[in-house]
Amino acid sequence: MKLLGEFIKGLWRENPTFRIVLGLCPTLAVSTSVTNGIGMGLAATFVLLGSNIFVSLIRNIVPEKVRIPCYIVVIATFVTIADLFMKAFAPLLSRSLGMFVPLIVVNCIVLGRAEVFSSKKPPMKSIFDALGMGLGFTWALILISAIREILGGGTILGFYVSRTFQPSLFMILAPGALLTIGILIGLLNYFTIKRK
Amino acid sequence: MDLSTYIMILISTVFINNFILSRFLGLCSFIGVSKETGPAVSMGIAVTFVTTMSSLISWPIYNFILIPFHLEYLRTISFILVIASFVQFTEIFIQKRAPILYRIFGIYLPLITVNCAVFGVAVLNTDMFFLDGKAVPFSFMKSIVQGFGAGVGYTLAMFLMSGIRERLEFSEVPRSFKDVPITFIIASLMSLAFLGFSGFKI
Repeated sequence: MKLLGEFIKGLWRENPTFRIVLGLCPTLAVSTSVTNGIGMGLAATFVLLGSNIFVSLIRNIVPEKVRIPCYIVVIATFVTIADLFMKAFAPLLSRSLGMFVPLIVVNCIVLGRAEVFSSKKPPMKSIFDALGMGLGFTWALILISAIREILGGGTILGFYVSRTFQPSLFMILAPGALLTIGILIGLLNYFTIKRK
Repeated sequence: MDLSTYIMILISTVFINNFILSRFLGLCSFIGVSKETGPAVSMGIAVTFVTTMSSLISWPIYNFILIPFHLEYLRTISFILVIASFVQFTEIFIQKRAPILYRIFGIYLPLITVNCAVFGVAVLNTDMFFLDGKAVPFSFMKSIVQGFGAGVGYTLAMFLMSGIRERLEFSEVPRSFKDVPITFIIASLMSLAFLGFSGFKI
């Protein structure tokens, strides 16, 4: 039951994108289409899972002073694995995500979880934490990219939504991303305040 | 290679492809540190220094070590390690040697280690200035100029944003939109203004 709690909190209460507001660079840059969003979300989840397990396993060996470089090496290893894997099995997706796959290494969520959570907790808990955080990140990405793809491209997962709808380029470009996430966070705050 | 190429790269990274507002690199610190002008500009200077140095360091590593030994896939690990240790070293050095400098931007250095902009500029340089595993002519200078431009663009965006946010303190924002959400919406409007530069042809 406790493990389930670690899993659930990432999805909503401590959602990395909407609540803690971390890891924004990839969130905004790749959320132009739902396919990209799903790909990025799953890649980040994989890296989180791997790094959380490893950091949790080595947490008692690593000296306090050099822990950050150690964690970064672990994370960078998993990012490289994810990058090579994507290049081999999903070359199109890899090309459209571009430099944002190697940039997962500086994604604050991954290092943040290593520092705050898995360096203090046993591996089993860390796995559930990573899954929750990763899927929380993924659904946030899917939501943002769905909004942007429908309004900006008139399609969803590549299928046309309606024949008469005239999409606005604004939503696909940079300002649309910032506006979408601003309004989404604002709305979530509104509902949270209202419920109290 | 004449001077105009470098000026073009500089203008392109500062205005047309501004690192924060159109490439979304370094957004976390952009939202976090831009509450007051003083700290925001100090952070900008620190970032400019580190982005310039990281392009200066990452180019030789890529060109002289990774490419000759066919180790391009180690790019992520080697760059992040070198950048992180360089930042750590700089912090220790200026803390000992230049306390005044340390007071101005030293405290922001640890924040920069995992700043997307610093690592992003190193990756972007290798993506842009290495074609088919070979460095394009003058790519070393181009990398440095791009690194510097990225920092200047970052500082510019930070400066503008912190000015707006200082005034925002006195305006009536709906309660649920206070702080982070309204910052994003303002950033969106700023980004729209910067989009006007994208028609530039030099």
